[in-house]
Amino acid sequence: MHPAPSVIFFSVLSGAGFGLLTLLGFGARATSQGWPAFVFFAVGFVLAVGGLLSATLHLANPKNAIYSFSQWRTSWLSREGISAVAALSLMGLYAALIIFFDIRVAPLGYVAGALCLFTVFTTAMIYTQIKAVPRWHQPLATPALFLSYALTGGALLAGAVAHAGFLFLLTALIQLWHWNGGDKAFRNAGTNMNTATGLKGAVRQFESPHTGDNYLLKEMVYVVGRKHAFKLRIIALLFAALIPSFMMLGEVKHLGALIAVALYFTGTFASRWLFFAEAEHVVGLYYGKR
Amino acid sequence: MTALPETTQTKLGLVIDLDTCVGCHACVVSCKGWNTENYGAPLSDMDPYGQAEGTFLNRVHSYEVVPDLGTAQTVHFPKSCLHCEDAPCVTVCPTGASYKRTEDGIVLVNEDACMGCGLCAWACPYGARELDQAAGVMKKCTLCVDRIYNENLPEEDREPACVRTCPAGARHFGDLGDPDSDVSQLVAERGGIDLMPEQGTKPTNKYLPPRPKDTLDTDIDVLGPLLAPVAEQPKGFLGWLDRALEKL
Amino acid sequence: MTFQQPKLETSPKVSDEIRKTTCYMCACRCGINVHMKDGKVAYIEGNRDHPVNKGVLCAKGSAGIMQHNAPSRLRAPLKRVGPRGSGEFEEISWDEAYDLAASWLEPIRRDDPSKLAFFTGRDQSQSFTSMWAQSFGTPNYAAHGGFCSVNMAAAGIYTMGGAFWEFGQPDWDRTKLFMLFGVAEDHDSNPIKMGLGKLKKRGARVIGVNPIRSGYNAVADDWVGITPGTDGLFILSLVHCLMSAGKIDLKYLRDLTDAPVLINADENSPEFGLALRDDDGHQLVWCRDQQKPRCFDAPDVHPDLAGTWEVDGVTHRTVFHHMTERYLGTEYAPETVAETVGISANRIRAIAAEIARVAFDEAFELPIEWTDFRGRTHKTMQGRPVSFHAMRGISAHANGFQTCRALHMLQIILGTVEVPGGFRFKPPYPKPATAHPKPHCKVTPGAPLDGPHLGFVHGPDDLALKDDGSPARIDKAFTWENPMSAHGLMHMVISNAHAGDPYKIDTLFMYMANMSWNSSMNTGGVMEMLTDKDENGDYVIPHIIYSDAYSSEMVAFSDLILPDTTYLERHDCISTLDRPICEAEGAADAIRWPVVEPDRDVRGFQTALIQLGAKMKLPGFVNDDGTAKYEDYADYIVNHQRRPGVGPLIGFRGEDGTKTGRGEVNPNQMQDYIDNGGFYLAHVPEDAQFYKPWNKAYQDWAVEMSFYDKPQPYIFTLWCEPMRKFQLAAEGHGERQPPEHLRQRIKDRMDPLPVWYPSTDQHEGFTVNALTQRPMAMYHSWGSQNAWLRQIHGHNPLYVPTKIWEAQRFAEGDWARVTSPHGEITVPVAHMAALNENTIWTWNAIGKRKGAWALEENAPEVKKGFLLNHLIHELHPPKGDGMRWANSDPITGQAAWFDLKVKIEKCAAPAESQPNYPAQKSPVPKAPAKQAWKVGS
Ligand SMILES: Nc1nc2c(c(=O)[nH]1)N[C@H]1C(S)=C(S)[C@@H](COP(=O)(O)OP(=O)(O)OC[C@H]3O[C@@H](n4cnc5c(=O)[nH]c(N)nc54)[C@H](O)[C@@H]3O)O[C@H]1N2
Ligand SMILES: Nc1nc2c(c(=O)[nH]1)N[C@H]1C(S)=C(S)[C@@H](COP(=O)(O)OP(=O)(O)OC[C@H]3O[C@@H](n4cnc5c(=O)[nH]c(N)nc54)[C@H](O)[C@@H]3O)O[C@H]1N2
Ligand code: SF4
Ligand code: SF4
Ligand code: SF4
Ligand code: SF4
Ligand code: SF4
Ligand SMILES: [Mo]
Repeated sequence: MHPAPSVIFFSVLSGAGFGLLTLLGFGARATSQGWPAFVFFAVGFVLAVGGLLSATLHLANPKNAIYSFSQWRTSWLSREGISAVAALSLMGLYAALIIFFDIRVAPLGYVAGALCLFTVFTTAMIYTQIKAVPRWHQPLATPALFLSYALTGGALLAGAVAHAGFLFLLTALIQLWHWNGGDKAFRNAGTNMNTATGLKGAVRQFESPHTGDNYLLKEMVYVVGRKHAFKLRIIALLFAALIPSFMMLGEVKHLGALIAVALYFTGTFASRWLFFAEAEHVVGLYYGKR
Repeated sequence: MTALPETTQTKLGLVIDLDTCVGCHACVVSCKGWNTENYGAPLSDMDPYGQAEGTFLNRVHSYEVVPDLGTAQTVHFPKSCLHCEDAPCVTVCPTGASYKRTEDGIVLVNEDACMGCGLCAWACPYGARELDQAAGVMKKCTLCVDRIYNENLPEEDREPACVRTCPAGARHFGDLGDPDSDVSQLVAERGGIDLMPEQGTKPTNKYLPPRPKDTLDTDIDVLGPLLAPVAEQPKGFLGWLDRALEKL
Repeated sequence: MTFQQPKLETSPKVSDEIRKTTCYMCACRCGINVHMKDGKVAYIEGNRDHPVNKGVLCAKGSAGIMQHNAPSRLRAPLKRVGPRGSGEFEEISWDEAYDLAASWLEPIRRDDPSKLAFFTGRDQSQSFTSMWAQSFGTPNYAAHGGFCSVNMAAAGIYTMGGAFWEFGQPDWDRTKLFMLFGVAEDHDSNPIKMGLGKLKKRGARVIGVNPIRSGYNAVADDWVGITPGTDGLFILSLVHCLMSAGKIDLKYLRDLTDAPVLINADENSPEFGLALRDDDGHQLVWCRDQQKPRCFDAPDVHPDLAGTWEVDGVTHRTVFHHMTERYLGTEYAPETVAETVGISANRIRAIAAEIARVAFDEAFELPIEWTDFRGRTHKTMQGRPVSFHAMRGISAHANGFQTCRALHMLQIILGTVEVPGGFRFKPPYPKPATAHPKPHCKVTPGAPLDGPHLGFVHGPDDLALKDDGSPARIDKAFTWENPMSAHGLMHMVISNAHAGDPYKIDTLFMYMANMSWNSSMNTGGVMEMLTDKDENGDYVIPHIIYSDAYSSEMVAFSDLILPDTTYLERHDCISTLDRPICEAEGAADAIRWPVVEPDRDVRGFQTALIQLGAKMKLPGFVNDDGTAKYEDYADYIVNHQRRPGVGPLIGFRGEDGTKTGRGEVNPNQMQDYIDNGGFYLAHVPEDAQFYKPWNKAYQDWAVEMSFYDKPQPYIFTLWCEPMRKFQLAAEGHGERQPPEHLRQRIKDRMDPLPVWYPSTDQHEGFTVNALTQRPMAMYHSWGSQNAWLRQIHGHNPLYVPTKIWEAQRFAEGDWARVTSPHGEITVPVAHMAALNENTIWTWNAIGKRKGAWALEENAPEVKKGFLLNHLIHELHPPKGDGMRWANSDPITGQAAWFDLKVKIEKCAAPAESQPNYPAQKSPVPKAPAKQAWKVGS
């Protein structure tokens, strides 16, 4: 799949933002109020909303985006929108009460926090549901991956160092699990040149239906070099999980925290880039590619 | 609304005969022509006289098949939307722009609601949807819904543009929900198949596989006597000729 | 919850109006319905009533709308201002253009009309353009047939009075075994696909003989991946198998062909090898009943295939006798030929057996009574459901003529020509060589030529030679080098004119042929010839006038451009005088008419010729008082008469438009055609639909239709006497003698019975066959200016078979250097398994020169596209004798495109395919950056 920057930004940033908001909802930084609370919530909101805005850049016809709230019964993208709006509204209310009135309505925080987490889940489900991309279509690993990255980021941003160390390790495990499952997914899905064409024997593309590029090739038939991918996997694993988790073992002060955040985002971007770039859409088969 | 209808009154679709398709791309271009002028936004072309990439609703692939035994073969393979019964492209659509019609099962995009997110194209395993770069809306085969019922067209022309134009007659259109229809009969007779059945999309369109090829050498024993020489020597041939002429 | 879906208008208005005309995206000439909205072209579909396409339309046809609006369209007459090849022009008015043209042409006509060479490409107005040239007085006229498929056409006409495509078609509804030789797409694009579709529907067997398995060969049930250039041998081996098994139609051969004709066997006679004839020139056969030679068409003759006649110690033997002697020999046995043709002996036998089985075991009869030319009535028509079709794959080789003849012979011995289930002629064919004109070349300054330029020679006397024996024509057609060059040799014009051999010319006038690019062999060389200057600094070819509709490569090399309209903007005529669109069951012709008016200062080329002709007062183009005879081409189409009552169109003749075939001029004829959908169809009566060369009912109908002036039945000519006459000359008989260096070749090649000989010479290291194929969705060079089509074929890889792919360790994305004795190209490669193991190939004419066709300079056609033409030369490398022989068939001169042998090696990828030429300046505005073409709201 084409690793579109807008979508990568969206999912990484909004993931971390919603992760942070989730934790805030569930009482992380419960002691802060006023200005300091504002900063934490603001970071969460900026990331979450910024991410969402970035995602709208991906829309070719944003003027109809308003209709995207209508199909919650079937569409995870629609659910994501609704969930995001609900989560942000409730969380906004929750935050406003804390910041301006110093009132913490804990149940409201839990509900808003849960919605934030659910939003991340809906994002994950947008990908998970796509059967045509076997690497994404891992019913447990893909949501787990999104949730773990989001929570880890959230914990890191919330300064919940104690939890963060553990979450980093968990993320690393889930990431490995996802890669491992992902690498086998295409084969296990059972979709191949023979099922794609119904032809028997060794089937390969002789001639493409068009010599020029097209939307499908650009969007769905992105092929990433193997060497490239391996290097990025190492970077993702080290930066987004292992190094920060080791850092968390020790005492983390401001500069350290900043470095950890930077590492986290670099690693997460790498991971998310790979999430797209390595994902093979079955339509590639029709073009003689995987 | 992107919920799929539980049933549709008919299941209109195409049957494509891979034994007959010569790969001429006629269906590709007539589709482009009809749908540029008709349903929704025109199918655009970017940099049309340079690198050129445009929207098409139907494309003809070609494959090479090397059977376990025997000679390599070439198969031309047209592909457009299969109007799946369990169309994942529909259910993923957040805006309700994508829908499957209850009356005939045609899967369509309502361009007035499409926000161009591209998710439906991701969901389609077959690459049957292309996002138009100029209009920003999702385009796909409409099964020529604006032809097949069109009262401004003579009755015989109420079929998809690609079917009407196919010079080899490799494309058939009809109700695959009716087991007695011509298309259903054809599918039954020729062992029509689904593409990527494991994807669970239950395509309406069917493909008729190529017939067995290169069988002539193996028939040699049966045909051998046909070629038994009439005489051992050319001289003998003239004798035979004389006798044969006598009998005429 | 209820399911709601948007309300949809399922009956939108389709268009304001449908205008019916004829497609011109290729030479197949299908009928089209042009849907108009707001006076603009909105959508093009096939015309269901049209005899050619019956509603279907190919990719090119549907893309016509993009051709019609292409940014490459020329906008006004152009006068060259920069050096030739640069593409620098200024737009001028039509009056200036005619003045300039006349200033070159009038002095030529006055002094020596042969200084004009007028050659046209694949247009369909040859009966008109040739009339213009004849009237001008130059012998140097031809269309493009000589480099296209003249072998096929000429071999067919000499053998049986017609060939494939325009001449005839398989009986698609009844044939059960169809064998296709060397066809990628053919001229008969849609009809072949429709026919294959019919066969597939009935489950009939299709055998494809082709080194490459794509397109039609991909759907063939059996694919025979033959070694290029060896089809003749394969076919003769089939003939061997069938004859030795007695699986031949003796009755057919006896009654309808020259097989029983007696051949002079007196080695010392100047008529040795010629048919015995009576005093009236009728061929004689041995009559089995009367035991004496008799005229072949005597009502009660009983010809004997095995007959011999001894007089004066000389045995005269039948043609059939000669055939048995030759084809029963072991040199044609499957075992002998297998290795050369690359098909196992078993397979050859299996194919022969299948042909025999279908032809004889599945024979059937149609209960239609008919009367033959001997006056005998037959209760039924015998059907043999085997048919064949072939095109350039067998004709574009140096042995193509004989190979095509071999194929026709195969059909004839099976008795499957003009019978139900077999091959059927399309009116006005059949028409034997003897019914066609002979070539004319007598030049008189200031006066017309003595007759039509092109035709069929019947011996040395008919050659186009001057009194001193030198070639009368610039292309050397109808000379000892290629005596039977029925269509002229367009591919030799530029190189001969440049070399001044046989003489120099002043003006080269071309129409619709991209001669500086894909149409020529040796493309680079041709560009040099066109730009070469003599010692005075003048161009060696002084003037070049060219008519094109688009900004092609050839435009850049011309001095004066007469811009044509697009096919939707002009009148045209697809005439039975010329290259008609008839079907086996009907005579048909068609028109084009301006369904839209041009928005540029362009004129239909035929109209321009009429106006130029009138300006120069050419006979036939002016009235007695010197005024223009025709206003434009439409006027000519309706009012011109070849013979009284016979004009370009057969339909709606007579003052009230009720006559067919013959009849006075009908002033409303054009409108009648438009009202009828742009065409006219006259059905062949039922009892005249088969056995046409011999069928009285057909012959009479054809006379009524104006195809003949009197019935002219004939028998098929397996023994080609004109060829024997050339051999006789080479053997020393007769006045006109060939030059010494050609004597042996004429003896060897001009065999009156089909033979096979290798089509190529061996050159050390060049062992791989290199071919081109037409892509179905592209037409030569024009397709690339079409925004839709060029997305399908924007560049052309060189396809390489598995064996070479592996030997060279090629991988996807690799490039190769391909060399021939003549040149070198560097191009991208791709792998193909279903390919003859010693053959590489690419799509034809995709590569483009920078700056042409209004394409961007980064267009894939320029960066990765390429032509094989750089590797092909019109002459072979010098031989041992120091001579450079033409790369063509020694009988017709047909260009041997497919005899190319190359060497291929992997190499580093260059920035763009090689050779790549500097950009030509574009005479048209830049193309738009995006396009969403919708004319309706
Ligand atoms: N390597 C290789 N080369 C080949 C062949 C091959 O098999 N292999 N085949 C050969 C054969 S058979 C042929 S016929 C030639 C064909 O080659 P060409 O005859 O050169 O065919 P095109 O290049 O398509 O067209 C000639 C010109 O006609 C112009 N044209 C198009 N429409 C119109 C019109 O309406 N009016 C006018 N006035 N001009 C128009 C086009 O713009 C173009 O410049 O190529 C030959 N070249
Ligand atoms: N779409 C489209 N249609 C066209 C044209 C076009 O440019 N585009 N051009 C038109 C013109 S001008 C022409 S002349 C016709 C030509 O139409 P075709 O006769 O179909 O000619 P080509 O496409 O050159 O294909 C030649 C075929 O012969 C095969 N071949 C080559 N050598 C041999 C051989 O030795 N033996 C056998 N058995 N096969 C061989 C090649 O593999 C190829 O398949 O097409 C006409 N129709
Ligand atoms: S038009 Fe028919 S034969 Fe041609 S590519 Fe399409 S399906 Fe195949
Ligand atoms: S083919 Fe693709 S676009 Fe068409 S219905 Fe099926 S999933 Fe949807
Ligand atoms: S691109 Fe349009 S039709 Fe497709 S999912 Fe998005 S909104 Fe729905
Ligand atoms: S049915 Fe209509 S829209 Fe669909 S592929 Fe055919 S022509 Fe195109
Ligand atoms: S075959 Fe195609 S391009 Fe040629 S005349 Fe017919 S529709 Fe037009
Ligand atoms: Mo040609």
